[in-house]
Amino acid sequence: MTQTADPLLQEITGPTPGQLLRKRIFGHQGLLIGSIVLGLLVIVALFAPLIAPHDPYAQSLLARMEPPVFLGGSWEHPLGTDHLGRDYLSRLIYGARVSLLIGLVAALISGLIGTAMGVAAGYFGGRVDAVVTFLINVRLAMPVVLVALAVVAIFGGSLTVVITVLGLLLWDRFAVVMRASTLQVQGREYVAAARAIGCSNTRIVMSEIMPNIVNNLIVVITLEMAHAVLLEAALSFLGLGVQPPTPSWGLMVSEGKQMMLFEPWLVLIPGFVLFALVLSINLLGDGLRDVTAPENRN
Amino acid sequence: MLRFILKRAGLAILVAFTVSLISFSLLFLSGDPAAAIAGEHASDQDIEAIRRIYGFDRPMLLQYWEWLSSALMGDFGESYYFKLPVAGLIAERLSITMTLGVCGISFALLTAVPLGVAAAIRPNSLLDRFALFLSVAGQAMPSFWFGLILIVVFSIQLGWLPPSGTATPLHFVMPTIVLGYYAMPAIMRLTRAGMLEVLSSDYIRTARAKGAPEGLVMFKHALRNAIIPVVSLAAVQMGFMLGGSIVVESIFALHGAGYLAWESISRNDLPTVQALILVFSMFYIVFTFLADVLNAWLDPRMRAG
Repeated sequence: MTQTADPLLQEITGPTPGQLLRKRIFGHQGLLIGSIVLGLLVIVALFAPLIAPHDPYAQSLLARMEPPVFLGGSWEHPLGTDHLGRDYLSRLIYGARVSLLIGLVAALISGLIGTAMGVAAGYFGGRVDAVVTFLINVRLAMPVVLVALAVVAIFGGSLTVVITVLGLLLWDRFAVVMRASTLQVQGREYVAAARAIGCSNTRIVMSEIMPNIVNNLIVVITLEMAHAVLLEAALSFLGLGVQPPTPSWGLMVSEGKQMMLFEPWLVLIPGFVLFALVLSINLLGDGLRDVTAPENRN
Repeated sequence: MLRFILKRAGLAILVAFTVSLISFSLLFLSGDPAAAIAGEHASDQDIEAIRRIYGFDRPMLLQYWEWLSSALMGDFGESYYFKLPVAGLIAERLSITMTLGVCGISFALLTAVPLGVAAAIRPNSLLDRFALFLSVAGQAMPSFWFGLILIVVFSIQLGWLPPSGTATPLHFVMPTIVLGYYAMPAIMRLTRAGMLEVLSSDYIRTARAKGAPEGLVMFKHALRNAIIPVVSLAAVQMGFMLGGSIVVESIFALHGAGYLAWESISRNDLPTVQALILVFSMFYIVFTFLADVLNAWLDPRMRAG
């Protein structure tokens, strides 16, 4: 018997949308690698006190700058010790907490601001749109690193200040993307239908528009989280971010810089984990975009 | 066209005005600027005297107005730390930052555009995948770390390039790469996407059908159209780059405007910081304005927007 091209039969026997989605997820290398690495780093950060072999703040003048195990060090300090004799592995593990916390919270704050602005601009249009577009222009014109450094210098480099500054600065991409997505959804029949039966604006935005643009929102959250992690590291590297003795990866690179000539691993190791974290977040974000909206791939 | 330019210029001026307001209010975010100038061990009388000398006791709007009107005349006041006019300090340092910015964007364009074109000619080829990998990895690379690695490899191990300073063109090689690579992924992706779109269009098929040589089709017909959005992206990136030069200049000890920003922020030298924020913003505003005008000139459809 030859294959029948009956569309109805195909619909019944063919893969379901759920199966297709699962196939896309497990067939996407970047997404898989990204989520595994990020998942591991999140676990390390959550269970830092259980995993870390030493206290990240404990100094030991007798065990300063011991090399990591692969450069002839001992298993007592698998990744060696820094210039104050603190265990490098433990500082890295606790540093994951700082990076992830700052990245996530800053992305959420800026996500809230940017989404509210972008959706309002797209939904109401007219003057609201003009004002939001203007604010985006103003924000883009301000040099982020410079403004963040200046504000941190004024208020002092605590975790809260760094998170707040980054959260208040990084909303531009959210606003741009959410505005465009809302405009795209705005003209669909279901929005017109909801309006026709007299739904309130809040209801239309919350139950008709938001569910249809939340995919894009998640992608931007990952990208901005990566951005925030990199900025925090840069601020801390310049000495105007998270302050010592807090274990921040950017700060560790900056402290290791003095001894880079003889002990390059002091700079290489924290920089590499930073790179791995940002890369995994970006891979996850790119992967989510490909899987949820394959038509936007290029 | 003239209407578009006027409208766009009006927007640019309004944005610049708002940025100036924000950077001015930074001074008052810091609490009492007089106490900051006086230092930690100053008495109350000293602080009071400084407040009167600098005019901090007058209404804020008046102070803003005076600051803005003298800034428009090119006078940004005197640096608290260097005790010199801020405008002169910045002008002196700006040439290094501008050189770095121009080198950085040229490096990014000269590497990213050919890579994007090559990737688009053979989508999903090995080269395309390599380009994609480079752009994903490049975006995740912390620039300060990248800079330090380059110093370790090329200055310390190989001894090919000087690690810091600005004495010769060789001193600018590593800073250029570190500043430029960050703009590469976006430029490459946009070139690739633009080329892919253009290559599937009707006029390319026509050009091929009439027997035009492939090289001519690629560069005369395709790239010229695909490059238009890249021009405005490059302008935006150039604006971001100048703002980002602060990290690069501090790694390689280039005493440009970014380094000055870092110095003055660490020393609470607010007039210099305010002026630098304004100057860097102005660069961004001017670049994006020029890019929009250029785009509108190249593509009349843009003028409606």
